[in-house]
Amino acid sequence: MNAPTHLSRRGLLKAGGFIALGFSLAGPEVFAQQAGNPALLGDLRQFPRISSWLRINADKSVTLLVGKVELGQGILTAVVQLCADELDVDIRRISVLSGDTALVPNEGTTAGSFSMPNCGTAVRQVSAEARALLVGLAAQKLGVDAGVLRVADGAVIAPDGRSTSYWDLVTGKELEVEATGKAPMKVAGERRYIGRDVPRLDIPAKVVGAPIYVQDHRPAGMVHGRVVRPPSARARLASLDTAAVEAMPGVIKVVRDGSFIGVVAKREEQALAAASKLSQAAKWDVKGGGPTSETIYDWLQTAPAKDIPIKDQKRTDAKPVAASLERVYRRPYQMHGSIGPSAAVATFAADGGSVAIQTHSQSVFETSEAIRKMLGLAEGKVRCQHMQGSGCYGHNGADDVAADAALLARAVPGTPVRVQWSRRDEHRYEPYGSAMVMKAKADLDADGNVLDWTFDLWSSSHGVRPSGNPGNLLAAHYLEKPFAQPTPVNGGGPNYAADRNAIALYEFPGHKVTTHFVAEMPVRSSSTRGLGAYANIFAIESFIDELAAMAKADPVEYRLRFLKDARARDVVTKAAERFGWATWQRKEGHGRGFAFARYKNLAAYTAIAMEVRVDRSTGEIRVLRAVAANDSGEIVSPDGVANQIEGGLIQSLSWTLKEGVRFDAEGAVSSGDWESYPILTFEEVPAIEVVHVNRPGAPFLGTGEASQGPAGAALANAVADACGARLRDLPFTPARVMAGLKA
Amino acid sequence: MARLKVNGRVHEVDAPEDSWLLYVLRNDLGLNGPKYGCGMDQCGACTVTIGGSAVRSCVTKLSEVGDKEVVTVEGLGTLDKPSKLQQAFIDEQAAQCGYCVPGMIMKAKALLDFDPKPTEAKVRSALNENLCRCGAHNRIVRAVLRASREA
Repeated sequence: MNAPTHLSRRGLLKAGGFIALGFSLAGPEVFAQQAGNPALLGDLRQFPRISSWLRINADKSVTLLVGKVELGQGILTAVVQLCADELDVDIRRISVLSGDTALVPNEGTTAGSFSMPNCGTAVRQVSAEARALLVGLAAQKLGVDAGVLRVADGAVIAPDGRSTSYWDLVTGKELEVEATGKAPMKVAGERRYIGRDVPRLDIPAKVVGAPIYVQDHRPAGMVHGRVVRPPSARARLASLDTAAVEAMPGVIKVVRDGSFIGVVAKREEQALAAASKLSQAAKWDVKGGGPTSETIYDWLQTAPAKDIPIKDQKRTDAKPVAASLERVYRRPYQMHGSIGPSAAVATFAADGGSVAIQTHSQSVFETSEAIRKMLGLAEGKVRCQHMQGSGCYGHNGADDVAADAALLARAVPGTPVRVQWSRRDEHRYEPYGSAMVMKAKADLDADGNVLDWTFDLWSSSHGVRPSGNPGNLLAAHYLEKPFAQPTPVNGGGPNYAADRNAIALYEFPGHKVTTHFVAEMPVRSSSTRGLGAYANIFAIESFIDELAAMAKADPVEYRLRFLKDARARDVVTKAAERFGWATWQRKEGHGRGFAFARYKNLAAYTAIAMEVRVDRSTGEIRVLRAVAANDSGEIVSPDGVANQIEGGLIQSLSWTLKEGVRFDAEGAVSSGDWESYPILTFEEVPAIEVVHVNRPGAPFLGTGEASQGPAGAALANAVADACGARLRDLPFTPARVMAGLKA
Repeated sequence: MARLKVNGRVHEVDAPEDSWLLYVLRNDLGLNGPKYGCGMDQCGACTVTIGGSAVRSCVTKLSEVGDKEVVTVEGLGTLDKPSKLQQAFIDEQAAQCGYCVPGMIMKAKALLDFDPKPTEAKVRSALNENLCRCGAHNRIVRAVLRASREA
């Protein structure tokens, strides 16, 4: 790849709490794509060459190259911990280069809580492989058996005191070999970093204002771009007179390509003023007749849908049905709601043949390919380089703003253009988490135990990431030669998408689950933390509580009747114990709620117990405290796991209490800022305790999306316990609580 | 040319008087602490102190600053020598993405300068209009209380 680069600094982290601001461009790595050695773990199987992941540098440092990127989840610190332990070097020697399409292994998208399972596992093994290789080289050099050598911070030492080091041993292509899968990895007692709290490498830069975000990236000569979006996504440009805007101070270019319009100006204020004037000058044809945020649930259940049975287990016993219950739960569209609106910097080569983009995309490889096709450039001519952005929690505006920046930069070749979305852009045009309807039905025996469990869900897409297809980029829909939105498909098992966690982990005699997937998107929706898991778990765990109440059973005891997985039972028991479930004393207006899920039914186990107070006169819910017990397999960073569980829990409380995107029949979104789309604030955040269930030696399960589902459901159950109002429509506004109290 | 005192230094700034302070700090002075979050006084990511009071720089005009000193997180400490408050954020690992954190720190700085020993409730109240989306709230509160304790 020979795209130009104008980098003076980038998201390169160096252990020890400072950022390395400069870097030199090495030639592109060529990765052998192999069918795969089954002894290799995670993404190492796809990229088995050691040098794809690791560089031992002459300056006694180590560079780790990874395709996964830092989103604020702490992944780069965790992989450095793994590398330092398995390679046997001091953690401060390691720097990380991540998410540069020209330099690192293509590990796909940083999503789905896959970074520890796929990247962490690979880094751990490739570091152990490199250590074994280097010890072997040292053995030859020192003329001793490899088994007698020990390694201390990169020095390889023989029993007689003679030594060499990694930096002496690697002089050329020593690491350009494939991993064998045979190198031993360390056991617990031999580790210095894994399982211990290592301070996050990126936090010091963030608290002192060092340039670490793409928003802080200002290459020399950079100018400012803004895109003017239509009043609603379905609108198209009817007319536009650009003359007045072109005459404004600082305006370098007004860009119009079909219905895609934007400005490039010298100063940021000038770009804002020009965009404002351009917005006033643009006349749009809008298209009504779509569902609104009120009618969306009926629309979802009547729109053409693909009905996908994902579980159909027939009951074999002949026990009589003594009672039945059916309930419907609803989730509105909800936002990622990043605090920093999306931004990107793009620089076209002077010859217009290639572009380099600094982006906070989660999917640099697939986004660069989608942008390349949108621009009609030759293969390899779009280079994306990850820099951190504000937390994204899934597919937000990151990729779309990268496409915007590329389109505006094309108009001014050789000049870096930064496009910064406004708050209104991000609120109105990010692809939301889809609205959903969940219907649960149970047939019960005389003791209130489930005989047959039937679960149906209706949803539009949870995944229109760029995926190398320009039709998934917002701007591409509006071009003179537009790229159509590809028809979304629902991701299947084992991870699932709309139907993620729709199969309850409880063992019922009869169990049927059907996904009704609606391909049409009246409002664009895509991956939002947990995909369908949040709403499905909310419905399942609310319904199981309703069944427990019918059976006059304790909700924790009732769950354990059907929960056979030992690790699941363990987190349920531990959350209940630490919360003090058995000894809890009811106070006026207070209630307690419980919920459990294993994310994707194959990742982290999380149980949450929660206490709330409900004001019957106002309908206000106050969450007082929450306890989360979590099992993510072997823990690399206990505080990192706690931070994810706490953060996910708080974000889920915000979704559950407050959030729903409002839009009209034209698809115009009125939730355009934080006043019209409020989120949880400091005074509303409860005390949270995280109980770790560590499993040394067990696979990494990932943590980032584990607590969202159980948190929302535990809250629903606590509210019902506190005041008798069973809320099945998200979010739980005071008006809904008051209506529930009257029901 | 406008004169602007920022982090102990006086700058001559070649920016229109009606420029938003946020863009002057970021683009003309190359500071990164104050962040663009909403541009409408709703989230606090752009918070700086002016004459010791916490102010939203996204809705403050350059001309409104006058002779008062503007302080950003860059004025509190450095990577090598963070201030006590910044160190407390590191010690409490009080961030996920960290985008809101410089605004939180400047809001907390104004609080602690005014009330060095605030209760937890006072810290929450002071930070209530500063938005965090990652859910780092309790860590941020602990960091401010730690800084208060260790001051």
